[in-house]
Amino acid sequence: MSMLSSVSIKTNRRSYSGFGASVAALARREFRDALSSRWFILFTIAFAVLTIGVSFVSLSGVGSHGFSGFSKTSAGLLNLIMLIVPLMALIAGAGTIAGERERGTLVYLLSQPVSRTEVVLGKYVGLACALCCSLCLGFAVSAAVIAWRAGGVGVAAFSLLIATTCALALAMLAVGLLLSIISRRANVAVGLGLFVWLVAVFASDLGLMAGTVLFRLRVQDVFALAIVNPLQAFKMAVIVGMNASLDVLGPVGAYATQSFGSALPWMLWSVIVLWTVIPLSLGVVLFARKGSI
Amino acid sequence: MIAATRVTKTYGRFRAVDGASFELSPGESLALWGSNGAGKTTLIRCVLGITRFRGSVTINGVDVSRRGKIARSMIGYVPQELAFHDDARVGPSLMFFAGLRRVSSRAASRSLESVGLAGNERKRLRDLSGGMKQRLALAVALLSDPPVIVLDEPTSNLDASGRSEVADSLRAQRALGKTMIFASHRPDEVRALASRVLVMERGRVARDTTPEELWGSGGDPSVMRIMVEGAGEQVAAEILRRAGHKVSLNGHGLCVTVEEHRKAAPIESLFRADVRVRDIEFLERTDHSGAGS
Repeated sequence: MSMLSSVSIKTNRRSYSGFGASVAALARREFRDALSSRWFILFTIAFAVLTIGVSFVSLSGVGSHGFSGFSKTSAGLLNLIMLIVPLMALIAGAGTIAGERERGTLVYLLSQPVSRTEVVLGKYVGLACALCCSLCLGFAVSAAVIAWRAGGVGVAAFSLLIATTCALALAMLAVGLLLSIISRRANVAVGLGLFVWLVAVFASDLGLMAGTVLFRLRVQDVFALAIVNPLQAFKMAVIVGMNASLDVLGPVGAYATQSFGSALPWMLWSVIVLWTVIPLSLGVVLFARKGSI
Repeated sequence: MIAATRVTKTYGRFRAVDGASFELSPGESLALWGSNGAGKTTLIRCVLGITRFRGSVTINGVDVSRRGKIARSMIGYVPQELAFHDDARVGPSLMFFAGLRRVSSRAASRSLESVGLAGNERKRLRDLSGGMKQRLALAVALLSDPPVIVLDEPTSNLDASGRSEVADSLRAQRALGKTMIFASHRPDEVRALASRVLVMERGRVARDTTPEELWGSGGDPSVMRIMVEGAGEQVAAEILRRAGHKVSLNGHGLCVTVEEHRKAAPIESLFRADVRVRDIEFLERTDHSGAGS
């Protein structure tokens, strides 16, 4: 090889250490792809329309003003978020790696000077940004409706709702991404994502109720089992964050408030963060150790 | 430049590549020749370090398994078919890969120009012809001016003019002294581009030879591709070998070297042995570019 080529190789060795730059490049592409994809636009529109609908319905009663108007709306939004956001995030995550593998684009991507860790993180960051943008758009519309109908929005509480929702979306996205990594086909990954969503949204509530009756669970056991579910942790975190009492959740809520006091919000946020960190780390490790594409 | 030592890749009990070893000096061009399932693509993936395998592959002393990202920074990869989002435009797609390879937009433009695609930046990938797509893949491969180019049957999905376009671009790179490894099922392509041929059979390296040794000197004889009825290619190959013909299997029929005035001889041999010939094709001479006639 000529001297020129040797110099070029040495330069390459130096310059290809940029972990962050590769993640950023991959994230930018993922972000652009997500924003231009049909399902993403559909979800964004659906979320925005539903938030407007919930805001209108919640404020249709009499005498809702300012923050009290917002509180009523946020209660309605909470249920909407718990249904829509996990579904959106799980499907977004589940389709990504498995989809690329199925289309044959993953091989091409991996043949570039990028590590598998960078690919997973780049995809995660890009999708996370796209999801958060989509959610913020829905919330902005909702905030405008509340401000118009109720005369004001509790900015701090509304910001907290947005932050907690984004955190929930990031956790569910990490779970979806993990499913995408372990599935060979995109439809299998999406199917698993729907199953996880179903379990998180419906079965855990019903299962908890059934378990409480059948096994005569103590209140602390019910609480422990409840917060394992990121959706329940999210719900409690929002309620606590709005300075509302968890008593609205019955004896379990009352137990949580009395037992953990000011540590409760941290505890609930930790659950959501763990639901992000553990699946994402597991995904990175599994993808890096995968013997084939 | 490239050293592969006892490369073995298994899928369950199936050995896709079985102890393949070879060395390639700077500027050399190695063709991987063999039938479908012979292990060509798997060996290429091992060289790229995107699949786990036993043995070792080093690119300029860098182990692809341990430091895959750095090794891949020295490789430009051209797949069988450009696997990228069809909706994407040429310019942004190229810039995405330029981002991964840390090269400037000016270098990206130069790369596009070098394969004759300048002025197509606004076109969507789905609007490009097969040949243009492969030339774009070559432009991506050449972005950082890597010393090694790895190609996996780069012209197999192209028509005659597409093959000619890509072959011209590859010849230009060969003339620049790039080290090349490529899988091909076209003798004309191998003779035009390769200095050595690795004949692979069932994952093993059956022969490390030259195109001249495999198909003659490239003087008077030409190569005929014969497609036989059913799955009797192995039988037909044996019959032709016994009749004194130079035969190789490449997954797309039997490639037989025939002398200028005895082109019907292999057909006659097969006819006598009751092997039914479905189709024949004369592959263009090695010293010419383009398609089979």
